[in-house]
Amino acid sequence: MSVALAPEVSLRWPAAGVTRVPFRVFSDPAIHALEQQRIFRGPLWHFLCLEIDIPNPGDWRLGTIGETPIVVTRDAHGTIHAMVNRCAHKGALVCLQERGNAEALTCVYHSWTYDLAGQCQSVAFRHGLRGKGGMPEDFDPAQHRLEPVRTTTFCGLVFGTFSDATPDIETFLGPGAAGVIRRNLSRPHKLLGMHSQIIHNNWKLYAENVRDSYHATLLHTFYTTFKINRLDMDGGMILSDDGRHSLSYAKRAQLRESAEYANVHSAQYESGLHGPHLLDAFTEFDDGITHMIQTVFPTLTIQHTLNSLAVRFFTPRGIDQTELFWMYLGYADDDAERTAMRVRQANLTGAAGLVSLEDGCINEFVQRGTRGSEDREAFLEMGGRDVASSDGSRATETAIRGFWQNYRGLMGW
Amino acid sequence: MDQIGPAAIGAALRERVEDFLAEIAFALDDDRLEDWPGFFTEDAAYRIVPRDGYEAGRPIGILLCEGRGMMQDRVLALRTANIFEPHSYCHLLGRPRIARAADGALTVRSSFVLYRTMQGGGTEVFAAGKYVDRIVERDGALLLAGRDVVVESRRVDILVVLPI
Repeated sequence: MSVALAPEVSLRWPAAGVTRVPFRVFSDPAIHALEQQRIFRGPLWHFLCLEIDIPNPGDWRLGTIGETPIVVTRDAHGTIHAMVNRCAHKGALVCLQERGNAEALTCVYHSWTYDLAGQCQSVAFRHGLRGKGGMPEDFDPAQHRLEPVRTTTFCGLVFGTFSDATPDIETFLGPGAAGVIRRNLSRPHKLLGMHSQIIHNNWKLYAENVRDSYHATLLHTFYTTFKINRLDMDGGMILSDDGRHSLSYAKRAQLRESAEYANVHSAQYESGLHGPHLLDAFTEFDDGITHMIQTVFPTLTIQHTLNSLAVRFFTPRGIDQTELFWMYLGYADDDAERTAMRVRQANLTGAAGLVSLEDGCINEFVQRGTRGSEDREAFLEMGGRDVASSDGSRATETAIRGFWQNYRGLMGW
Repeated sequence: MDQIGPAAIGAALRERVEDFLAEIAFALDDDRLEDWPGFFTEDAAYRIVPRDGYEAGRPIGILLCEGRGMMQDRVLALRTANIFEPHSYCHLLGRPRIARAADGALTVRSSFVLYRTMQGGGTEVFAAGKYVDRIVERDGALLLAGRDVVVESRRVDILVVLPI
């Protein structure tokens, strides 16, 4: 595979290791270019779309891996394929609409046509017109195809990778993360709604943000006010063995009032909602967990908070912009009452989420705050200096340290 | 089902509806958000939904308030709990199309463009789309019995916290 090689970046990571993050990684274009190669074409599975996005033969939809445009298809046999959405001829986008259904994919520029696995079938005017022009005699469409991406599926999630070194998905996830995905997504599910938001920060700041259980109840004050999630609820942060993937969980029934919250700005309001049915919930699982945020390295998050089930995916749109997608799901057998609760609870998250909207701006505040300080570094010692599960407490940055440990390894620093 | 087409809506009623729609926008633009739930009936639904999801009939959009209570909660939350960079709105409204439904309510569609100004000074188009409203008359006053704010884009810049 030919990959334009980004130049090596010389970066000396601070001696204190994963408890420090050089601010330069959020703003250096050379690092952004190298990430496209080491992270996004590295030995990782990247989320592409949901299987329910392409339920029928001929369905296709667009995705991205890093900055690279991808098209995901389902062929006549039901097999899922993914390719770079870039014509083998001149490099134009082949598929323009976000989703569609077709028997073949045709580039609008010169009508090069590909089957749903990305193999070139025909090119316009191959034999010229009236015996003149056309491709050379030895032109062979079979030698041309859309650049393939390996795909796999797991519980309705479609993943892709450019690397032959990426292990199978279960090995990549590890038993813990795979088990959590199975809990939430192994049942047939349906899309209840989708939107996205542009946040004005480097993608890694959001990757930190979703792993940051320390900030959740301090910044997102709606949570604390209405006692949906506080750090004194029973809960913890579980990391995969390699520290890549994380699960932050809490049990709402286990709320104990902690004296530490008495002076926290966000804990001092009356909690009476005028519309209290916002928080009406039903018990879905017998493990007692009412609130979980799972991260799958590098850019996938799955949430199940009360009954709000959603897949979040974020992707870089340049070094200082990130698009964050919110895909809200329900189970195929939900009745009207359950659907109504999921619809209502979707108000808690998303671009207008009562407990998440701050994330739309907080990472931008870091992006802006660190400008001119590329030689300085962040300090990440809440919950210790190691990368390990934190069973009793979510007042920890351990999952963020786990992200950086893996990021450093992939980037070669 | 509309029983009476736009032509049958008298000029006086049209003028009342246009003034009513303008007042709602002015309340938002003037930061009189506490007045905003008062434009709705007690059990009105207010939704912000992207056009593609709206046309596909998907129940979850970007924001939902079921009833005035949830609208009051939204305003209370953004005044006391939510954290965001201060910004203001300027709505431009288009001429509405007004019809009367079988149950007597008015069904009103109007286009809008919404400019957002951040505290740093930048003014940008934040949203464009249409209001799909059900308007009823209670005690001589017009009220929204339902409002779908159908935004053209499914992609929000930064966040939505003030009602549109």
